[in-house]
This record gives sequence, structure tokens and C-alpha cells, in this order.
Amino acid sequence: MAEFLGLGPQEWTAVRLSVWVALWATAGSLPFGVAVALVLARGRFWGKSLLNGVVHLPLVMPPVVTGYLLLITFGRRGPLGQLLEPLGIVFSFRWTGAALACAIMGFPLMVRAIRLSIEAVDRRLEQAASTLGAGRFWVFATVTLPLITPGIIAGMILCFAKAMGEFGATITFVSNIPGETQTLPSAIYSFIQVPGGDASALRLTAISIAISLAALMASEWLAGHAARRVTAA
Amino acid sequence: MTAGDAAADTNALEVDLRHRAGAFSLDVAFRARGPLTALFGPSGSGKTTVVNLIAGLLRPDEGRIAVGGRVLVDTARGVFVPAHRRRIGYVFQDARLFPHLSVRANLAYGRWFAPRAERSADLAAIVELLGIGRLLDRRPQGLSGGERQRVAIGRALLASPAVLLMDEPLASLDEARKAEILPYIERLRDGMRVPIVHVSHSVAEVARLATDVVVLKEGRVTAAGPAATVFRHADALDGAERDEAGTVIDASVAAHDERFGMSVLRCRAGEVCVPRIDAAPGDPVRLRIRSRDVMIATERPRGISALNIFPGVVADIGAGQGTAVDVMLDCGGDPVAARITRQSLAGLGLTRGMPVFAIVKSVALDGGGEFAPAPIRA
Repeated sequence: MAEFLGLGPQEWTAVRLSVWVALWATAGSLPFGVAVALVLARGRFWGKSLLNGVVHLPLVMPPVVTGYLLLITFGRRGPLGQLLEPLGIVFSFRWTGAALACAIMGFPLMVRAIRLSIEAVDRRLEQAASTLGAGRFWVFATVTLPLITPGIIAGMILCFAKAMGEFGATITFVSNIPGETQTLPSAIYSFIQVPGGDASALRLTAISIAISLAALMASEWLAGHAARRVTAA
Repeated sequence: MTAGDAAADTNALEVDLRHRAGAFSLDVAFRARGPLTALFGPSGSGKTTVVNLIAGLLRPDEGRIAVGGRVLVDTARGVFVPAHRRRIGYVFQDARLFPHLSVRANLAYGRWFAPRAERSADLAAIVELLGIGRLLDRRPQGLSGGERQRVAIGRALLASPAVLLMDEPLASLDEARKAEILPYIERLRDGMRVPIVHVSHSVAEVARLATDVVVLKEGRVTAAGPAATVFRHADALDGAERDEAGTVIDASVAAHDERFGMSVLRCRAGEVCVPRIDAAPGDPVRLRIRSRDVMIATERPRGISALNIFPGVVADIGAGQGTAVDVMLDCGGDPVAARITRQSLAGLGLTRGMPVFAIVKSVALDGGGEFAPAPIRA
């Protein structure tokens, strides 16, 4: 694969690490993403707009700020970092930290896509399910969840794409260590800094563009598919 | 009380509710024993609110609901059984089939949640009854409105409900689709042991289907009782529906006259000629005679085009409104109502107990399918 794409070992490592980190970031944020989207779409409580704001904050804040906040919270001396270290969970300067940073940066995109699909669900179908004997859990599992699956997949794709491209928060939080935290964007950044790295940077850029484009197209297609499915028959 | 009444009472639906939603207030109490109780009234009278309260989709401010003695709601005792534990089938106006499931999976949905011991409904029998065997592997999106409604009825029945609610299942369909579904609802009424509460604002539909009627108006029950009696008085009806007042008579097919395309029905009032109907001789049918289609004569008329002349006596003279009055006749035991003007009433000098003749044009007993005499299956 690496030879086929004409990639050097450092480039290939960066691509592999990026995919690995993005997969974990997406999988890790999925349960929280569905839960927060449900709460935002269906819940009625005080502070809902505050929660909405907090969820969307990483989208508008400078990534370096997010990264710095992660560093002082989850770093070795940070309160949560100290709390988690005895449990064997370490984020600082590890690929896990890169995954955490990417998860937080991709989270608003994921929540948005899932929330929109939940809001599009015809609640009268859920009422019908309840009259047929399904309790709240089963209504969710057999009606709501299947109907929002395309939205969930779209949200995962967006989150994955964002994670593949995340740079600012990652480099601030876990630095740029080849083989551990040097993701695709960090690698491009490094190659630009050294003389003769242009070719490598361009190859990685092409890969980056291809992945982003594919993700966006898949997301669009699934969103359209979702809209067709959730209208009541 | 006969054994049959007692059996019917075990699954009677008792409703006594007070509920407020914005400016609308509901205050209703009735019992429905079935086989098919129509909840009848104009739009905005609270029919859908009542069925939503029965199904558990709404929580009443105050009141009690019980099915066959099982209390579902009793605000005084703090009882509120959630919708999914009520075992009440609900056929919505808009079918609401699950778009992500095949017809077969839609049908199986409620069955899956029904307690094993109570899965009395038989898939094959219901599929056969509703004629949906061909549709099983299709998706709801590809079905016609009438097919969707039949699948929705099947889905509700397969959950083995204690009561089946139908909220204007025909309202969103055109006349042809309605005519397609009506016979299935009749088969349901006559063939299943599930009491049905059928919401409707159409007199023709109610007269054809209902065994009992509860009339709702502005959130109150204005009349209730067997279908044959409730519609005799126009007072129970509103505006345009007043023209639909009439009586329902049980008859049977005596013969067909292919030469003129007519059918002869036999009832206690005598023989009735109607445009050819689709039922075999001997089949029981239900005949609806609208009050406005009936004339009264004090002598047997001769040289008249109307084919149906029933001798009878004046049973009652209604209070009436405006220039018209409803005169109830007893024709050999069958009720026939006539809407005549006050002027005619005075001119003929009608009084209670007076022998008269009721005259009905045969063409009035057709009215485009929906009013046609409908077969009843035993």
C-alpha cells in the first residue's frame, strides 16, 4: 500500500496513525454524541442553550485554545490527568491524547448531524409503536434508532473527517512526535518546515483532500437517504 | 340479562373523562360494548382527543377509563397505565406504518410485544381477512392509501388488543378507496371478538358500520345508544349532517330482478326495491333510509313512480326545528322516519297512532355506493 502510493516510511506512519486516531476519536464520541443529540433534540430543561453552546464551542474557538485547555486539564499535572493516571489512562503526549483532542473537535459536527436526524423523525411513528406495546427503550431501539441511523453514520463520517484533519488542538495538547502523535496534518506541517520536504507534503496533501472529499460526499448522500426514509408512510 | 350480554360486558369499555386543552374542554362519559361503537361528531367535537385519552397518548385532568373491568386510568386513585401496557389497538387516520420495515415486519411488530399468553390473534387469519397476503414482502412506501390502512388495521389486531380504536381510518381516502375498505371493517366487526370504537364524522359511514353510536358535540355527549335509534332524530345532528338523519333497518335479500337491475329486500315493513346490490339471496343486509327521502300519505297512493310503499302508524312526532318536523313511523315493527314540513303535518292532521303510508323512492336507497344497502356477514 505504502509503495503503491509512493509514500516514505514517515509519511506512511503519519497516515496510518491519523486513521487510527480518527477511528478512536469517532468511536469514542459516538455514545456521547447520540446522548447529547437526543437531549438537545428532545429535552426541555433549564440550561439547554448553555449545553448547546458548550457543545459547539470547539467549532468556533481557536483550536489552540481547546488544545491548551486540554493540556491544563488532562496533562500530567492537570486535575483530571492526575486522577486518571493511576487507572492507567494517560493522554499527554500519547496517541490517546491526539484521539481525545480530535474527538472534542469533531464532536459538534457529529452532534449536529445526529440532532437534525432526530428532529426529522416523525414522532407519531413512536406513538404508534407505544400503542403496539413497545416501552420507551424499545420504541427507541426499534423505531427511533433505525430511522436516525443514516444521520448517525453521516455524523460519524463528519467527525472522522474532522479528526483526520485536526491540527491546532492536537499539536498544542500532545505535540508532534513521529510515530506517536504525528498525525497527517502535523506531518505536512513538519515536511514544510524542512528543505526538500515539499514532495512529501504534496503527497500527504493529496491524500488529505481525497479523504475529506469522500467523507463529505458520503455524508451528503446519507443525509438525503435519511430524509427519504423518515417520512411516514 | 342473557349470557350473551354478560359476555359482551366483560370487554366493555367504560369512559368517564374531563380534560382541558387550551380553550377546549371535554366532559364525556359513555360505555361501549361493541361489536362496533361509533364515536360520531363534527370535526372539533373532541373525538380524537377521546381516543388519544383511551389509548394513553394523553393524560386526562380527571376521570376513569376501564376495559373489561381492568382500570387503565383513575385519577382519583392515581392510576395511569402507560400506553404500551394498555393493550389497546389504535388505527390512526394516517396509517403510520414504520417506513423502515416491510409489511410483514410491520404486522409482526405488535405481536412481538404482546405477552405470550395473550397472543390470541392469528397472523394467517388476519392476513386473509384483510386481503393483504400479496403485500407482505413490500415496503409501506409502495402501498396505496387503502392498502396502508388495511395493513395498519392488521398490525393493530395482531397485538391482540382488548379494544380496537379506529380514528377516521377512511378520512384520508377517496370514495373508491373507502368503498374498498368498508367491507373489511364490516368483516372485522362481524368476525373478530374485539370490540371496536370507530371515530367518524360521516353519517353514511356510521349508519353502515355501527351497532352503537355515541354522538359528541363540543366536547359533550349529546346522544348515545344503538345505531338504529340514535339517528332517528335530526336533533342529534348538526348542520349539513342533519340531512343525513334517518333510520337503519335490518333486512335480507329476497330476490334479484336482473331485467330492471333491481334487488328486492325483505324486512318487517314489507318488501323494499333497491337498485341491484352485490349480495346473494338470503344474505342479511342493512338498509338506511334518510328521513328527507320519505313521504307520508294518509291513503295508499296509486299511479306513483315510487316503488316502496309501507303501511304503518305514526309512532311519534318530533319537536323539530324551523319549518320541518321529524315524524317517526312504525311500519310492522321497523322504524321509518319522515322529514316533512309543519304545513304538511297540519294539512294531513297527523296524530300519534294514526295509520299512514310511508313512501320511499328506490333511487334514494342507492346514493352512490356509500348509502347502498350493505351486506352483513354473520
